Amino acid sequence: MGVKDTGFVGFETKNETGLITTRLDEIVRWGRKNSLWPLPFGTACCAIEFMGVVSSKFDISRFGAELVRFSPRQSDMILVAGTINYKLAPVLKKIYDQIAEPKYVISMGACACSGGFYDNYATVQGIDQIIPVDVFIPGCPPRPEAILHAVMKLQERIDKEPVPKRGVHRRHEVVEKLRDT
Amino acid sequence: MATRETPKHDALVAELKNRFGAKILDVDRSFDDCTVIVDKASIHDVLAFLKNERRFNLLLDIAGVDCMNLPKFRERFEVVYMLYSIPDVVRVRIEVPVSELDLDIPTATDLWKSANWGEREAFEMFGFNFVGHPCLKRLLTHHEFVGHPLRKDYPLMGGQWCATTSDMTEELNEPR
Repeated sequence: MGVKDTGFVGFETKNETGLITTRLDEIVRWGRKNSLWPLPFGTACCAIEFMGVVSSKFDISRFGAELVRFSPRQSDMILVAGTINYKLAPVLKKIYDQIAEPKYVISMGACACSGGFYDNYATVQGIDQIIPVDVFIPGCPPRPEAILHAVMKLQERIDKEPVPKRGVHRRHEVVEKLRDT
Repeated sequence: MATRETPKHDALVAELKNRFGAKILDVDRSFDDCTVIVDKASIHDVLAFLKNERRFNLLLDIAGVDCMNLPKFRERFEVVYMLYSIPDVVRVRIEVPVSELDLDIPTATDLWKSANWGEREAFEMFGFNFVGHPCLKRLLTHHEFVGHPLRKDYPLMGGQWCATTSDMTEELNEPR
């Protein structure tokens, strides 16, 4: 009996003992990408479209992102859906800062990505001027399939990112980086 | 073409002209609407008369107009009150020309509670100073915002970055 592939990347099992052997990085990444709890920062009609994605027809829970949290302390991914104006910009920044690491940002719809058709005294011309964005979804509003595509793209990205070291090892890394700069 | 409101408008305009005389600067009856243009000095009297004696119990909106570059205007700005009478089913629009040099105008918050936010919006968008308003500060724009965005000399894409968040403590503590 040789090594049998379980279907998950990096997961290998041996015999029928029920034991799985893998690398820690792999299982952390696998856990992160399949449990993206979204915080819907819905300010306009895009949020209505997001409701469709969460509901049974499109069902974002197939990608592990169905647990919509309305507290930044419980969520991993902020989904900015709608127009962000200059009055709201400090609120968005504050909420982003409150999310625990690792955190991801999806900018959904034309308004969040670029201000949409609003270019006036009130509207921020893209949330990437305030917070770092991982995936942009174009559309006004985007189709639910586009949102699912964005979640899949984000999962691909998480799959490739290095898992940060913890504790004293991470501290060494940070100190070295600071010394370089 | 006349509507069901037309005879009520006729009676109201005659009454206002009779009572306030030259303070009623003009009346515009186009499109079956009734717009009464009132001198600023007696705007509060006119509004109080309509509220207390002519049952205009609903203030629908307070708007501002910047007449800059218009072919024909009295003053730079106009304040527009949209009134509606629920018992009499009639609406009327009151316009007040306001000079750029004197932006003071008496508040209507003592007549209608809904004037509170309407006047705050007109203040932030055009810069009118509603004398006697309990809490005349910005309503829709950020409290750090400088200028009045709906004025025609405000830059069209003049967004302003604001850094802090704010609460509504002052509004909550307002006497009601």
